[in-house]
Amino acid sequence: MTATLAAAGWRPRKPSVIPGFGLTLGFTLAYLSLIVLIPLAGIVWRSAALGWPRFWAIATDERTLQALKVSFGTALVAALVNVVFGTIIAWVLVRYRFPGRRVIDAMVDLPFALPTAVAGIALTAIYAPNGWIGSLLTPLGIKIAFTPVGIVIALIFIGLPFVVRTVEPLIEEIDAEVEEAAATLGAKRLQTISRVLLPALAPAILTGFALAFARGVGEYGSVIFIAGNIPYVSEIAPLLIVIRLEEYDYAAATAIAAIMLALSFAMLLVINLIQAWSRRRFGHGA
Amino acid sequence: MALDASLAHRPAVVAAEPAATTETPVVRMVLIAAALAFLAFFLLLPLIVVFAEALRNGFEAYRSALTEPDTVSAIRLTLLVAAIAVPLNLVFGVAAAWAIAKFEFKGKAFLITLIDLPFSVSPVISGLVYVLLFGAGSVLGPWLKSHGIEILFAVPGIVLATIFVTFPFVARELIPLMQDQGTGDEEAALSLGASGWQTFRLVTLPNIRWGLLYGVLLCNARAMGEFGAVSVVSGHVRGLTNTMPLQVEILYNEYNFAASFAVASLLALLALLTLGLKSILEFRYGDHIAAAKKH
Repeated sequence: MTATLAAAGWRPRKPSVIPGFGLTLGFTLAYLSLIVLIPLAGIVWRSAALGWPRFWAIATDERTLQALKVSFGTALVAALVNVVFGTIIAWVLVRYRFPGRRVIDAMVDLPFALPTAVAGIALTAIYAPNGWIGSLLTPLGIKIAFTPVGIVIALIFIGLPFVVRTVEPLIEEIDAEVEEAAATLGAKRLQTISRVLLPALAPAILTGFALAFARGVGEYGSVIFIAGNIPYVSEIAPLLIVIRLEEYDYAAATAIAAIMLALSFAMLLVINLIQAWSRRRFGHGA
Repeated sequence: MALDASLAHRPAVVAAEPAATTETPVVRMVLIAAALAFLAFFLLLPLIVVFAEALRNGFEAYRSALTEPDTVSAIRLTLLVAAIAVPLNLVFGVAAAWAIAKFEFKGKAFLITLIDLPFSVSPVISGLVYVLLFGAGSVLGPWLKSHGIEILFAVPGIVLATIFVTFPFVARELIPLMQDQGTGDEEAALSLGASGWQTFRLVTLPNIRWGLLYGVLLCNARAMGEFGAVSVVSGHVRGLTNTMPLQVEILYNEYNFAASFAVASLLALLALLTLGLKSILEFRYGDHIAAAKKH
């Protein structure tokens, strides 16, 4: 008995009457390797071939550091703005009923569907000094397009649905009895929200933040039009990769890409840890 | 106007919940106003700008911008690339979902993580990987050149980069859906004597068709709109390797704003169409779509 159980545990897959396992898994692995894994491994291999001193010199180059700082800094600010407004929007869409709610709910996915280049030129037309809003701000001495603030605006657009769509399902799942219990025990509404509801939503908010942040760091299309792309000021890391490629400096492009990949995989790990922690703590994923 | 205001107020007044478990009407109105203002400012305004700028010089200018030969060939290339990339990722998505959802095996969670990988990679890097693989400095580069095969700065490179960035869409929609549906239906069909292919075509496919359509819809929208990855591998040859998003960029950089926004307006229409169909699918067939509201 023990022997059979142990044998079953060691078998790579459970037996099944359904056919096609070898075919579909084989195709999946081959396609995945050809399209994704082998090309991605190329980045790791090529940066390893650079050797540590060369890699370090590129990584600590002033322009590289500034570009990474701009990418991560603007993505952080945009993700924080999205956490606040994304959570409010999710709350309003789930809890309140008002005319046009369904259309607005569908609209939230616009940044997923709208090509990034389209978003980029539209935002530039709005915030450029002679643009729709930019021309109103110029007399006040406020400049948005062609500064890091413009990058933040573009990343807010790109990241918003990540927060709304991660937080929404969790607000739907909140048990009304929890709020009733808090109210019965004499909690003011604000106390219920800050002490009962927000802690329960925290894992989803954190996940949404991490997703929006990760997307913002790598974003290219919507940013390059509005950023102005001034080296050391408003030049993002993905653009620096493109610039190095155009200079045929493949080594520098690869090294910057490797740094960005390492940082985004670290983010992915953090997201998975948050979700695992949230499943343990609250019994459901974020 | 007064009617509008009363309509907007009514739900707050009619709400049956006791006041202790909801916000006061004033707070509700403030939150709704904040949410709507934020969305109008960040989502609606850019959309309006695209169409307003496209039609700035009148409809005749709009029409001639869209019938300009380079733009027409960009539209054609975008359709071609999507027509290759989407079906390939569709076949992959179905195969991956079949293997992952219908069988238990070791390393499944890791495989799902690997399938999601392209979503966490910057689009620029998605293009860069193919430059490193097929470019002049690579192992394959000289061999391809001596055999006259063009991948980079040609259509195959654009297709590859597009496949990379749209890789997970169909699979990540179908995997949770097919996992939820289990294997009961297929086992019944097989025990009644259906072949494996018949089981898939007559039992599984009808079960997953709406989810499949949903995944294809999102995959297609991204395939036609991808900019960063395609920009890196395209080489920007006008009339030859320019897709619609790249044509938007070129026209914009030439200060031909009206024409740039005209092409952009077509992509915006595609986005609106995608959102509309997606909402219909979620509304009518929400039970048959796993990732509704969760992608």
